[in-house]
Amino acid sequence: MKICITSKGNSLDSPAERSFGRSPYFIIVDDETGEEKSIANENVDATGGVGPKSAQLLINNDVNVLITGQMGGNAQRAVEVSGIEVYQYKDGGSVREALNLYKEGNLEKIL
Amino acid sequence: MKIVVASGKGGTGKSTLSANFSYVISGNRDVVLVDCDVEEPNLHLFFEEKGKESIVTLPIPVIDENKCDFCGKCGEFCQYGAITVLKDQVMVLQNLCHSCGGCLIVCPNDAISEVPKTIGVLWDAQIDSNLRLITGVLNEGEANGIEIIKTVKRLSESSPLVIYDSSPGTACPVIETVEGADFCILVTESTPFGLHDLKLAAEVVKKIGVPSGVVINRSDGSDNETEEFCRENDLEILLKIPFDREIAAIQNRGELFSVYYPDWQKQFTDLLDHIESLCGGNR
Repeated sequence: MKICITSKGNSLDSPAERSFGRSPYFIIVDDETGEEKSIANENVDATGGVGPKSAQLLINNDVNVLITGQMGGNAQRAVEVSGIEVYQYKDGGSVREALNLYKEGNLEKIL
Repeated sequence: MKIVVASGKGGTGKSTLSANFSYVISGNRDVVLVDCDVEEPNLHLFFEEKGKESIVTLPIPVIDENKCDFCGKCGEFCQYGAITVLKDQVMVLQNLCHSCGGCLIVCPNDAISEVPKTIGVLWDAQIDSNLRLITGVLNEGEANGIEIIKTVKRLSESSPLVIYDSSPGTACPVIETVEGADFCILVTESTPFGLHDLKLAAEVVKKIGVPSGVVINRSDGSDNETEEFCRENDLEILLKIPFDREIAAIQNRGELFSVYYPDWQKQFTDLLDHIESLCGGNR
């Protein structure tokens, strides 16, 4: 299963990012193979439609679970039909902390 | 001759000027007054006449999922995030679509066609024998009024004398309204806010390449900073409308102050003559 966490930087130790569409990086972790990768978000400074574009990026990377702070309406609609589950992490900790809280079942499912 | 009335700051008196100016010059010329402030059109309030209503639509893509192989090219192409391509379906977010038609072109399977979506209406009213008012109205909740501005501009295109009342600001609707005009009147007021936004608007209009001049509305007589800015930027101050209790009272009743003041009728007639001479004669 692939888990994506929105992030301010390109590693598991970077601070988690609250916003979804304009998140600077997406960290994707495969919890079966242990494989990690970070994808820089090309749409950080785009004028609009960033939510659905970021959702498309998750879909293209076969993501199953998303961990983020908040999500706009357009992004929600796109993510909703994709079947990706969304869990909320709004604290200021690292991507790794957010991931661990998710694995422990301590994050709220928002979508 | 196409004259745009713009401002930068809202509430400086664009509609007051457009309505009075158009009313006066329609005394001996055919004039079409166009309300391009499609999010909050209000010129009809001066004339108490909306006229004939017709619908404005935008083409929105629909996907034939029997032809689509979910290659994702349309979604990649769309700069507005309006198309999300999943494994077995394509989702179109209509409110993000700018109707550019690009997705139709890039689709290798001819799976995309367009259907009209209603985004607003236009009102077309013959106020009197010489004055026609066309108003664009964007439906509540719609994000993008550009197509409505294009439609009302198209309707008035062939008329010899058109006054466009722009929305405030310096964003897409203003640019759409200003483009193609012969002259732009920038309405400002005697406040730091009026001047600040006048600077922004003047820069935009200059970049579009439309010659412009300034009208200072509600002038309190101390417009030194505005005058200095205009001097430095080769912007002529075309007219000053004073901060006047009587004018305000007439305006607040929804009436045209120029009806009551022959002197202002002359000023507006002269204004048109002057703009026409600046633009190199009567077009």
